[in-house]
Amino acid sequence: MAELVLDSVSQSYGGRAIIDRLSFTLPQGAIGCLLGPSGCGKTTALRCISGFEPIREGTIRIDGETVSRPGWMLAAEKRRVGMVFQDYALFPHLTVAGNVGFGLRGQSPADVHARVEALLDLVGLSGHADQHPHQLSGGQQQRVALARALAPRPRLILMDEPFSNLDVELRERLSLEVRDILKREAMTALIVTHDQNEAFALADWIGVMHEGRIQQWASPYDLYHEPANRFVADFVGQGALLVGEVLDERQIRIELGVLNGRLPAAHDGDDAYACGRQVDVLLRPDDIVHDDDSPLQAEVENKAFRGAEFLYTLRLPSGQRALSLVPSHHNHAIGEKIGIKLAVDHVVAFRRP
Amino acid sequence: MAHPPVVPAKTPAPGVFVWPRIRIPLSGWTLFALAVATLVMVPVGVTFSAFAHIEGDILAHLTEFVLPELMANTLWLVLGVGIGVSVLGVSLAWLVAIYDFPGRRLFDWALLLPLALPAYVTAFVAIGLLDFTGPLQTWLREGWGITGLPEIRSRGGVILVMSLALYPYVYLIARNAFATQGAIALEAAQSLGLSRRQGFFRVALPMARPWIAAGLMLALMETLADFGTVAIFNYDTFTTAIYKAWYSLFSLPAAAQLASILILFVLVAVVFEQRSRMRMRYGGIGRGAASRRLRLPPGRALAATLYCGAVFTVAFAVPIVQLALWARDTFATDLDARYWGFVWRSLLLSGMGALLVVAVALLLAYAGRQRPGPMMMWTQRLATLGYAFPGAVLAVGLFIPVAALDNALIDAGRAWFGLERTAWLKGTLLVVMLAYLVRFLAVGFGPIDSGLHRITRNIDEAARNLGLGAAGLLTRVHLPMLRASLFTAASLAFVDIMKEMPITLMTRPFGWDTLAVRVFEMTSEGEWERAALPSLAIVVAGIIPIVLLSWRGAHTHD
Repeated sequence: MAELVLDSVSQSYGGRAIIDRLSFTLPQGAIGCLLGPSGCGKTTALRCISGFEPIREGTIRIDGETVSRPGWMLAAEKRRVGMVFQDYALFPHLTVAGNVGFGLRGQSPADVHARVEALLDLVGLSGHADQHPHQLSGGQQQRVALARALAPRPRLILMDEPFSNLDVELRERLSLEVRDILKREAMTALIVTHDQNEAFALADWIGVMHEGRIQQWASPYDLYHEPANRFVADFVGQGALLVGEVLDERQIRIELGVLNGRLPAAHDGDDAYACGRQVDVLLRPDDIVHDDDSPLQAEVENKAFRGAEFLYTLRLPSGQRALSLVPSHHNHAIGEKIGIKLAVDHVVAFRRP
Repeated sequence: MAHPPVVPAKTPAPGVFVWPRIRIPLSGWTLFALAVATLVMVPVGVTFSAFAHIEGDILAHLTEFVLPELMANTLWLVLGVGIGVSVLGVSLAWLVAIYDFPGRRLFDWALLLPLALPAYVTAFVAIGLLDFTGPLQTWLREGWGITGLPEIRSRGGVILVMSLALYPYVYLIARNAFATQGAIALEAAQSLGLSRRQGFFRVALPMARPWIAAGLMLALMETLADFGTVAIFNYDTFTTAIYKAWYSLFSLPAAAQLASILILFVLVAVVFEQRSRMRMRYGGIGRGAASRRLRLPPGRALAATLYCGAVFTVAFAVPIVQLALWARDTFATDLDARYWGFVWRSLLLSGMGALLVVAVALLLAYAGRQRPGPMMMWTQRLATLGYAFPGAVLAVGLFIPVAALDNALIDAGRAWFGLERTAWLKGTLLVVMLAYLVRFLAVGFGPIDSGLHRITRNIDEAARNLGLGAAGLLTRVHLPMLRASLFTAASLAFVDIMKEMPITLMTRPFGWDTLAVRVFEMTSEGEWERAALPSLAIVVAGIIPIVLLSWRGAHTHD
């Protein structure tokens, strides 16, 4: 239940930067998420925060107390930082209750018992106290791991790919459950994952990581609708880039019409968005709406059935491609021409490389 | 707040797996591992250095009269036993792993039981039963007038007995290989149009070759190390020659020179074995999908049952029954205070040896966890190479340096303290214990190391996150999780030491006669009946861990 601050934290192995000037602030009680492809440095960042990895530069502070700086780190066992491991790392020789109560030392047996009971109740495993980890399902083991980490009332909980060992259906349900539990305990938590659905379901704040750096630290909504750069736009959600021409600071013309809105001129910090410049405009599948009456026509090049909707890959007259999410009762054949129109709320444009 | 020391700035290359470290001043772990590896390498160095001071007449005698026969005997033995254990081990493993037939579940572990019978016990039972004066030949001769059965005390006899005693090494490892990949390989082969028979020879067998080779090499190392069996058969090999040079010629250099030649044989086997293990690691067993066992038609199922039953009977049941019968006959006279003395000293030596082995193995495995890296890996490999060295070689190779050290101590004691002693170390348990440690360290190291590897880095980190320091990690997490591995290691080492013959025979302090020593004494006088009672105690002790281990193997999921 504390604020976590990373200030320009770097770490490298053999001259290669694993994390590079990482900075973010996770407010008290918030759930943060480091999202990125494998090898982006997110797990190293987690290990730096948990105290298993020294840092080269910067500081890590929990509740204003510096826990890591170059040349010094507070030992992991003294940080009061709880961790839920990818493989759960439950102690196989102890029962569920033994695992959950493991970190509760220096307390009377009655207090330990009460705390363990309360936590098992919280994670919905009251009846399983005397079982051993191998007798539980993956989802149950996951919740034991969470209860074990919560038990000593840490200042902060870290979770490393917490749902990657579970099947997809369970993953979704459990991520909502975990969010609920963390919120009820008002616990500050930082989660590492490569799965954006998981990040969207769990997090108040998401930091997209790539090559050791945070590309953008924002709410899930902003991340999707206002990605700061091409990497974020590409990694989070689906979309297509269309060539556009800047008309003035509020308008861009693309093949499908003119987009109105504030241009994100500040992001790349040069005159990329001067009038007459060519830019790449990000169109999400929900930015293009199917409309039979529209004069704008595009050819269906590919389609993927998603149940409630189709994701159509459309070929525009110029040959450029765009994606469109269409309710699934509009079932069109490949090769058919369909009417479309723009429905863009947030204009996202990047200068052309 | 105390500031703990910084983790060294020297960071490993990316992707290298790093265990969290318990900091120990200097690299005590590395030094320890190096010390153990050195101890193991000492006997090899010592035996080879015997060539530095050659005693001309002894060497001439050896090369002219002894070596040609030893060479021929050893080569024939290795060849014969190699074929014998391969055929028995692979065929039994294939039947048990792939097919279903009456009694399969029983044979699955019962075929391992001959491991509990030291080869020298099978040997004297076979001679006692099949000799010219034995019950079988007597019965045939007197009842039916049949004579001219092949002589059991022959090269063929030794090979037969040792094959029956040592096939479980191949059986055990091949069965596991076949069980995990054999059925799938066979199905894949059949789907590509091969018959089952072709599938076995063209796919399953070649795939399992590294495993079979590893088991075969272990069996051959045991063959080269064997002393008791060949002594009983009067079949001269290097081990018996070393023993004779030691006791009859009183020539340590001759013993050491013979030992170094034997080591050359052993090293060939070691190289092959290590190579097979590498291929096992990289070959990788496929997903062990538990496919259904193939049902044999009734006639063949019966044949399979009979075959497995026959091997089990000859290799285990008959010797056990015969031992029991002989023991019953000698029970009244031999079950006296002296007998309990043998039992007590066997238990004591095996117990102390097993404790030593487990303690050193635990530290060595821990060293690998604390200071991982290629150098530690090679050090551990060298340190656990002693299982390949015949006991007779270790006895010579450790006695010589200890005796030299002893002489130095005697001189030093006299010069500095005016003490007059004829021995400080000789005649103590030091040499026996060191030799046991070198020979059986691998037996203890294997289970402990794999047990330690099952404790993942995350387990360590979870414990530290929950506030545990290094000591707590050891006592509250590692030792409880390693309990089963430690028990396995201790019981395997205990039984191996109990069966061990040449080390105990050659280096035990005066009066330390054990069950194995008693068996040797009785068999060297041809008193098979009186060797039965001490043998039976060794066998019973040996069966317990096999039963426990196969029971546990069948009832746990890892």
